[in-house]
Amino acid sequence: MIWLERLLAISAKEARQLARDRVTFGMIIGVPVLQMLLFGYAINFDVRDVDAAMLDQSRTSLSRQLVGDLQATQVLRVVREAGSERELRELMQRGNARVGIVIAPDLERRLFEGNRPAVQLLVDGSQPALEKIAQGLGSMPLLKRAGTSATGVRRFEIRTEYNPARRTAVQIVPALIGTILTMTMVIFTSGASVRERERGNLELLITTPVTRGQLLAGKLLPYVIIGLIQTTLILGVGRVLFGVPMAGSFVDLYLGALVFIAASLSLGLFISTIALTQFQAFQMAFVTMLPSILLSGFMFPFEGMPAFAQAIAQVLPLTHCNEIIRGITLRGATLADMHVPLLKLVIFLVLMFSLAVTRFRKRLD
Amino acid sequence: MTVAISARGLTRRFGAVTAVDGIDLDVPRAQIYGFLGPNGSGKSTTIRMLCGLLVPSGGTVNVLGHEVPREVETVRRKIGYMTQRFSLWDDLTVTENLDFMCRIYGLDGATRRARMKDRIRSYDLASHANQRAGTLSGGERQRLALAAATLQEPQLLLLDEPTSAVDPQNRRDCWENLFALVAAGTTILVSTHYMDEAERCHRLAILDHGRIAAEGEPKQLARDIDATVIEIECADLTAVRRVLVTVPAIRSVAQLGNRLHVLMHRDSADPERELRASLAGQCADARVERVGATLEDVFVAATQLRRPDVERAA
Repeated sequence: MIWLERLLAISAKEARQLARDRVTFGMIIGVPVLQMLLFGYAINFDVRDVDAAMLDQSRTSLSRQLVGDLQATQVLRVVREAGSERELRELMQRGNARVGIVIAPDLERRLFEGNRPAVQLLVDGSQPALEKIAQGLGSMPLLKRAGTSATGVRRFEIRTEYNPARRTAVQIVPALIGTILTMTMVIFTSGASVRERERGNLELLITTPVTRGQLLAGKLLPYVIIGLIQTTLILGVGRVLFGVPMAGSFVDLYLGALVFIAASLSLGLFISTIALTQFQAFQMAFVTMLPSILLSGFMFPFEGMPAFAQAIAQVLPLTHCNEIIRGITLRGATLADMHVPLLKLVIFLVLMFSLAVTRFRKRLD
Repeated sequence: MTVAISARGLTRRFGAVTAVDGIDLDVPRAQIYGFLGPNGSGKSTTIRMLCGLLVPSGGTVNVLGHEVPREVETVRRKIGYMTQRFSLWDDLTVTENLDFMCRIYGLDGATRRARMKDRIRSYDLASHANQRAGTLSGGERQRLALAAATLQEPQLLLLDEPTSAVDPQNRRDCWENLFALVAAGTTILVSTHYMDEAERCHRLAILDHGRIAAEGEPKQLARDIDATVIEIECADLTAVRRVLVTVPAIRSVAQLGNRLHVLMHRDSADPERELRASLAGQCADARVERVGATLEDVFVAATQLRRPDVERAA
């Protein structure tokens, strides 16, 4: 029992210090809310009102109808009309238009024969995500109305499951739980432990009978609770502002988040056994953060990465966290369904914590 | 068991630097044992090896009957350590700091309350009980650190320059506290660079460049000093100084007000007469007098004069 009491004494002390550190305490609430608003509103793949320039070489009622249909999708907005192909290219080069619509002079014949494209969409490839939009437009059956046959027929019917309205926020917000926790957890723990060493508190602590396990686990505990508070905050804001659904059970979600939080904290503790100053700890935390955010499938599909990047992603806890949380919140999966990524997280946690304990010496040399 | 700490050939190297160089140490129980030495003489390094914070590069250490570092965890239940720098938590109050340390030492609720009450009273912390440690004065912090180090009633207290940031009155109080602890049976090892503090120790080791230059009771050390101490009083001390540089037996000269305090080699039969003779030409009115050695003389003789001696012997 003394064992547990020592651990809890460390936790209570840590929590008390945290509550008195107003800046850090503010970050616990402020960082998740700010990030949510930033990511939730700024990252948006459902593009609307892309500026388009049009070169109508046909100038028929059919061509006007066609442009009308394109604009009706609200994806494009024709802002300029070009007189020549050269003018169209200039408009795109200057960035006045992101998409160019070229309508062939013999539009009606091409539509009728159906073996040559009647309309060409020029897409600004320097902008991410735009090309996908154009591809979506290309497969639109927009020419059905023109009374023609073959071109308008769709071969596949596509239905987006779990996110029928195809809203980006629905994909992004659940993944933000892990991303925001990565940012705060790793930095908080590594910083707090290194600060204790910098101030000389550790020299005193390690001459007492407290064990390494008690010391590290005791430090971890209050941050676990903070992590769960942040999770709640993100879920709440996601629900209220972005209408993100919750298909699975909260118990499963919190259990999954708990394992991820502990894994991130262990990584922070491990960093604190290497870093000598708070500044170093912050830099090291940052080095683990960036690949986590880029490679975890938070924004870019995991499947599109080269093999070595996928291998790195497998080592990062955020990858598995995103998998679990998206599964539970959006697809209504249970934790049992998610046992593979969960197991990987548990392995990471056990390994990282053991590594931190082994590297942590109750000595100064 | 009358010895609290015993070390043989204790050595610690940091890369190419040897911070502690083959120290032999026997610290008797229930006494105050002092380490006197300038900065960088190896005081802190030795103390850190004794409480297991640093692993010795060579030699053996036995603390309270346990081998260190092998049995360091057992030793840690029986010692209190006070670091050179204040190392309790600035953002916790006096009470919170003490309460935390009690829990770390595994004291149960009743003992915890009793000890905290007692320490707050004996170390005069009652009026600051709810003040954050970071806002305390140097003397208050030092009392708090000492109170915390004694919470588990250790058999041995290791104090690394406990009074370096403390005013004279608080230093006096601190030493009263130390003697009270010794009366209760605690052994105290304290490092210092203040002569007056060293004088208060039961025994003393003078450290210099990682070695023990002299060891014993302060009084005995003063009696056994390997030098003759002379004081010269004169109106024109500058003239006296000019003469003294030419006398080969002189080992060190220090001015105290209008007197010069001179350490001389012992080999001279009558150093006073010798000096008077040398001074007769320049300052006939000089008063030359042999005086008893102070601990400072011992310190100077043991540290600054050691190397020329070695050179001379070689």
